Amino acid sequence: MCCSKVTKDQAVEIIKRYEQVLAIINKYGKAKEQLLSILLDVQATSGENYVAEEWAEVVACQLDLPISKVHDVLTFYAMFSIEPRGRYVIEICKSTPCHVTKADAVVAMFEAELGIKLGETTPDNEFTLLHTSCVGACDIGPVAKIGEEVYGNLTAAKVAEIVASYREAKACQK
Amino acid sequence: MSKINKLISGNCGVICPDCTEDYVKAGGYQGLKKAFTMKPEDIIGEVKKAKLLGRGGAAYPAGSKWEQLLEIPEFPKYIVINADEGEPGTFKDKILLGQDPLRVIEGMIIAGYVFNSHDGYIYIRGEYRAIQKVFQSAIDNAVKAGYLGKNILGSGFEFNIHIMTGAGAYVCGENSALLNSIEGKAGRPRIKPPHLAEVGLFLLPTLVNNVESIANIPTIVLEGGDKYLSYGTKDSGGTKLICLSGNVVNRGVYEIPFGVSLRDAIYDPQLGGGIPNGKKLKFFHLGGQSGPIGGEAQLDTPYCYKALRNAGLSVGSGAIVVMDEDVCVIDYLKGVTEFFIHESCGKCTPCREGNKQIYAILCKIAAGEAVQDDLVILKRLIDTMTIASFCGLGQSAAVALNTCWKLFKTEFEDHLHKKCPAQVCFTEQERGE
Repeated sequence: MCCSKVTKDQAVEIIKRYEQVLAIINKYGKAKEQLLSILLDVQATSGENYVAEEWAEVVACQLDLPISKVHDVLTFYAMFSIEPRGRYVIEICKSTPCHVTKADAVVAMFEAELGIKLGETTPDNEFTLLHTSCVGACDIGPVAKIGEEVYGNLTAAKVAEIVASYREAKACQK
Repeated sequence: MSKINKLISGNCGVICPDCTEDYVKAGGYQGLKKAFTMKPEDIIGEVKKAKLLGRGGAAYPAGSKWEQLLEIPEFPKYIVINADEGEPGTFKDKILLGQDPLRVIEGMIIAGYVFNSHDGYIYIRGEYRAIQKVFQSAIDNAVKAGYLGKNILGSGFEFNIHIMTGAGAYVCGENSALLNSIEGKAGRPRIKPPHLAEVGLFLLPTLVNNVESIANIPTIVLEGGDKYLSYGTKDSGGTKLICLSGNVVNRGVYEIPFGVSLRDAIYDPQLGGGIPNGKKLKFFHLGGQSGPIGGEAQLDTPYCYKALRNAGLSVGSGAIVVMDEDVCVIDYLKGVTEFFIHESCGKCTPCREGNKQIYAILCKIAAGEAVQDDLVILKRLIDTMTIASFCGLGQSAAVALNTCWKLFKTEFEDHLHKKCPAQVCFTEQERGE
């Protein structure tokens, strides 16, 4: 039997998060057809860009859905993750219009800038570097998407600038 | 003949996207006002006369689709707009959604009026999160100005529009998969029949149209079907939004009249502007990843449904991805197939397994490890997937490979002998440099 103890601070955090998830579900009127929107919001507010099992269960319970249906959705759509990721997920478009405008070189630029390989997360959990399918910005390829922002016509200088701007944003928050 | 005709994209980049006043000043809602004076069957008559072919890729006559739904007696009926634009090389709907959403909204209200429908859904891909916000703001402003909601313009007609988000699944561009996704499920395609007109969203009769198709409706109603037809060819009315990308100077979205040649689309200074860095054209990919590939010999084909079909090509979604001489056909096809492996929903075996097997053989070819028998297996896989896949995704996943096979057979053979004309595959040593 598990005997790990939850500290008071951890308990407060869990309650805060529970209330946050409930607020998201209520915002969408607990409607089953809003499952994708609810899960996207739960993921976006997680701080680690993923939907943890316990919160998937809360969503299933509140929407009166079997947990298997929630898992089906979470594992079907590319925008969901069930594993923790960095605070900023950098997604490099690998579709052919970007590929022929040298998307592979952009992956190498981000790898060099972040000191990680594609598919990895930086040790400080700030950045995860991934591939993605077309983001619909083929006119400015090669492109990278970070959250809702799409950056195009990427060069090594631009990549360095983008990474620095996110690092600065983090420093300001501190 | 002018090579650009801004019949439906004239407001883009000119007006404030969500501002009702701007839209009205630019002539907006005139089509809707006229529609309210017409009978639903007369509106459909104009759409039929206009010969508007579905702009999402399938090119099904919109007027016939509308007529079929009108004949179904059950109510309520739903209007669903497919804004899941996930075809790589396609970003035309993004322009309309983000820069002139009120035109899309006006088209949806007219469709709602025709079918006495009170709820319209627009399914916008998750990657367009920022555009979803602009679109929602346009909806809110339309409600405030009395163009949406109860008793629109005093007509007694009520219509509401709901935005639903995708979450990254190309297969949701298939209409039945899209409806499953709107219902909050995994977006796997449904078995048809029953057709969506009879058993659609929430199992009720439903119209599913592409963004560009519905954006044409206000113009068709306002100007009349005959006038609209005159902007196109005798078989398909209106204009087409094309998206130029890849190795082309002026990448972007252009609205062209049908009939402009592919050569003009790629080389004319008003349009593509040619290939950058003095390189030569090698091939072009039309209509997205599921579309065919063409080469130099087909450049003088007019860009219209019939001529492209006769040349073994197609309009599809309107994408034109251009590749220069430095692109290796095998390497390119590997990218196309990787995309389909990732995007296959996994429901049927030919698509789920076929794409993986094709990819494995392409990798062998690119590594110089393939033998003649592998090419025979490749051809068999193409045929099996085309015939036996469950939905359009699997059926068309091998179209690019099949058309490339015909155009660049020698390049496939060359790779069996460790020769890559584009110098992409193999090490310098293997290439004997």
